[in-house]
Amino acid sequence: MSHQYSTFLVGGHLFGLDVTCVQEVIRPMPMTRVPLAPAVVRGLINLRGQIVTALDLRVRLGLGAHGPEAAPMNVIVRADDDVVALLVDEIGDVVMADPDAWEPAPSTLAPAVRDLIPGAYKLDGRLLLQLDVDRVLDACVAPAA
Amino acid sequence: MEELLHDFLTESNENLQQLDRDIVALEQHPDDSELVNRIFRTIHTIKGTCGFIGLDRLEAVAHAAESVLNAVREGELRVDRALVSDVLAAVDVIKHILDVLERTQREPAGDDTALVARLETWLGGGAPDVMVPDTAPDVHLEHRSAVGDSTLRVHVGLLDKLMTLVGELVLDRNRLVQITGGRDDPALTSTVQHLNRVSSDLQEAVMRTRMQPIGGAWTKLPRLVRDLGASSGKQIQLEMHGAETELDRQILQAITDPLTHMVRNSGDHGIESGDVRRRAGKADAGTIRLNAYHEGGHVIIEVRDDGAGISAARVRNKAIDRGLVTREAADAMSDAQVLRFIFEPGFSTAERVTNVSGRGVGMDVVRTNIERIGGQVELQSTEGQGTVVRVKIPLTLAIIPALVVTSGRQRYAIPQVNLLELVRLSDAPGSQGVELLHGAPVYRLRGSLLPLVFLGEQLGETADESRAQFNIVVLQADGRTFGLVVDGLSDTEEIVVKPLGRHLQGLDAFSGATIMGDGSVALILDVPGLARKSRVADDGHARETVQREARGAGDAGDVRSLLVVQCGARGRLAVELASVNRLEEFRRDAVEYAGERMVAQYRGDVIPLVALSVHLGHASALPDRERLPVVVHTRSGRTVGVLVDRIIDIVDQEIVVHQTRPRPGILGTTVIQGRVTDLLDLDGIVAGHLAGDDAETEAAA
Repeated sequence: MSHQYSTFLVGGHLFGLDVTCVQEVIRPMPMTRVPLAPAVVRGLINLRGQIVTALDLRVRLGLGAHGPEAAPMNVIVRADDDVVALLVDEIGDVVMADPDAWEPAPSTLAPAVRDLIPGAYKLDGRLLLQLDVDRVLDACVAPAA
Repeated sequence: MEELLHDFLTESNENLQQLDRDIVALEQHPDDSELVNRIFRTIHTIKGTCGFIGLDRLEAVAHAAESVLNAVREGELRVDRALVSDVLAAVDVIKHILDVLERTQREPAGDDTALVARLETWLGGGAPDVMVPDTAPDVHLEHRSAVGDSTLRVHVGLLDKLMTLVGELVLDRNRLVQITGGRDDPALTSTVQHLNRVSSDLQEAVMRTRMQPIGGAWTKLPRLVRDLGASSGKQIQLEMHGAETELDRQILQAITDPLTHMVRNSGDHGIESGDVRRRAGKADAGTIRLNAYHEGGHVIIEVRDDGAGISAARVRNKAIDRGLVTREAADAMSDAQVLRFIFEPGFSTAERVTNVSGRGVGMDVVRTNIERIGGQVELQSTEGQGTVVRVKIPLTLAIIPALVVTSGRQRYAIPQVNLLELVRLSDAPGSQGVELLHGAPVYRLRGSLLPLVFLGEQLGETADESRAQFNIVVLQADGRTFGLVVDGLSDTEEIVVKPLGRHLQGLDAFSGATIMGDGSVALILDVPGLARKSRVADDGHARETVQREARGAGDAGDVRSLLVVQCGARGRLAVELASVNRLEEFRRDAVEYAGERMVAQYRGDVIPLVALSVHLGHASALPDRERLPVVVHTRSGRTVGVLVDRIIDIVDQEIVVHQTRPRPGILGTTVIQGRVTDLLDLDGIVAGHLAGDDAETEAAA
């Protein structure tokens, strides 16, 4: 059985989230910064009346924060009643991935990232890194001060 | 009484509708004990209540029916058709009486002896021979109740949902009002105005559906107080006033526990035992008095006891022991200020830990819980006379009025419950009035010092030094007042509070977020959190050194900040503020002597004291008063306290020094506030004093 992944680019890498957890993809939104928040929280957006926290995937994946002038796209994900916007560089297609092309993530991945990426699909000419949405969201919660 | 009757009718009507169905069902399932119990309880409740409000006829019928049902419940009687008919006949009479009651407020006259006798025959063991088809000639079987039909039970979840929807509507309305503001379209404008009005009314109506009398949060208290009294051997009376005061159910839930805790505290620590009270000349029985009322869009709840009160001295010592405050600062605090330490985490003055309270987790939790719902709590206590805890809470949490301010090009909302006033300072030179108290900025507001908190700084943003004006939002949290300095003030707006997601938990500066009229998201400032974060709450009472802030020092010319003190009957003296470290007040008995020299213990050190009056050739060393103002000065690492008679003022002005004949310790004379004032050579005096000190030490060695 093959999985569908909603794909996007972050720092030149192609990532994929299970389509079932992606609510929608929206263009760059006006953002309210949250002073004192962890670096991964880029701000709050108004998603049709719902206030949604925007998390910068570049920061979480250790790829350097989006510059202030960058206009990242929002991947709105839903997990455990949480609705969160993940900021990505560019939106890709929905990809039907073949389980035979899947391999677990190499143990050489940086530890901070390894937990978030269970594995990768070998697509034609490029790798699709599979993101675990629950782990990404959990990993973005600041440890209790 | 009327209200009681109304409640009784509402409740009875609800129950009676169920009762008809139950009794009929009982006929089909005579062995259903659950059913019998339910019927019994309903009749029993009616009987109990009508005895209470003096409805004799109703009580007689209900009593007879209840007895029969009790026998059924106990298994002494078997349910059959005849029995059910008789019980139903009783129910019909009950309904009839209730019906008349509702219309006329009086019980109808009538004779139920036949019915009662029939019911009693069942108890005797036999079935009555003759069926009396209808014992009450004027019974209306078509029972219609205005009271019963005018109320409706609605699921709380639905009300919550309605409130959320109204919140959304209010946001959209705000947005629409803003969008149409700039357009010239009469039809649109009038439609939006109407929408505005309707949505406000709707908001209020929906809010009212969620309102519940505060008495709901009090129901467990009489029992609690009784048990407390019984277990501690005290006599405690509980008085409750204003139980009908309504507030939002969400808030009601949030305050139930803190209220219980406060009452428990009053009963356990406040109220003394009978003999202690008698010795103090009080009535044997202590009283805890709850009072709730509306005041200016808020609900005030007071818990007042006439017990022993809290000893400010004990709190003061405890606070010093626990390192919450220095002795000097604590001594300078008023009793009211000292009592606020009660709300510090882990603070308890109870000498013994009882199974009820006194473990030191208490009032801080009360405060935290009340502040979480945007409320405030204050405590007043007079030793020997009792304690009052006063809680001020908003009517509702969902939609609150807020002031919108800007800082660092972003907008923030401040709940109005915390707002006292607004102060705008223009940039006129020398008029800003912002001073530094030992590094902490303060503003002099009508004679008292208001600690200032710079919002930008608190939010970790670089301050905008070029700002042309200065806006101070005077806020209150935790019984303390402070000024929040913001870049700009916008409007007030009704905001809908939305919680922050889990990725933003633990930020004590914000209590939530909201959507503004223009669709952008604004954070809601958590005022108590901000106060704690900036330590205003901890340090607001400390009298520290005053220094004029060096703002705009470049163009200030010869303007200098001077501390004006009094020494001797006529002596007005000024000292450069820059050379003053702190201003303190020492108690007279804190002055000790080391040899000939006056010293005092200060912040873990022993510092020499210089009596300025002696130095200047005036009279006695110590002025004849309990509190001694001290100017603390540090010179090359050594601290000296200079005793003066009175601190008069701090002034900022250009000074021209007139040289007069040389006098020890005086640099010259100037005019301050229209009066001749000597300029004190603090450095010289202290240097001389320390030199003498050192010489003595060497001589002694």
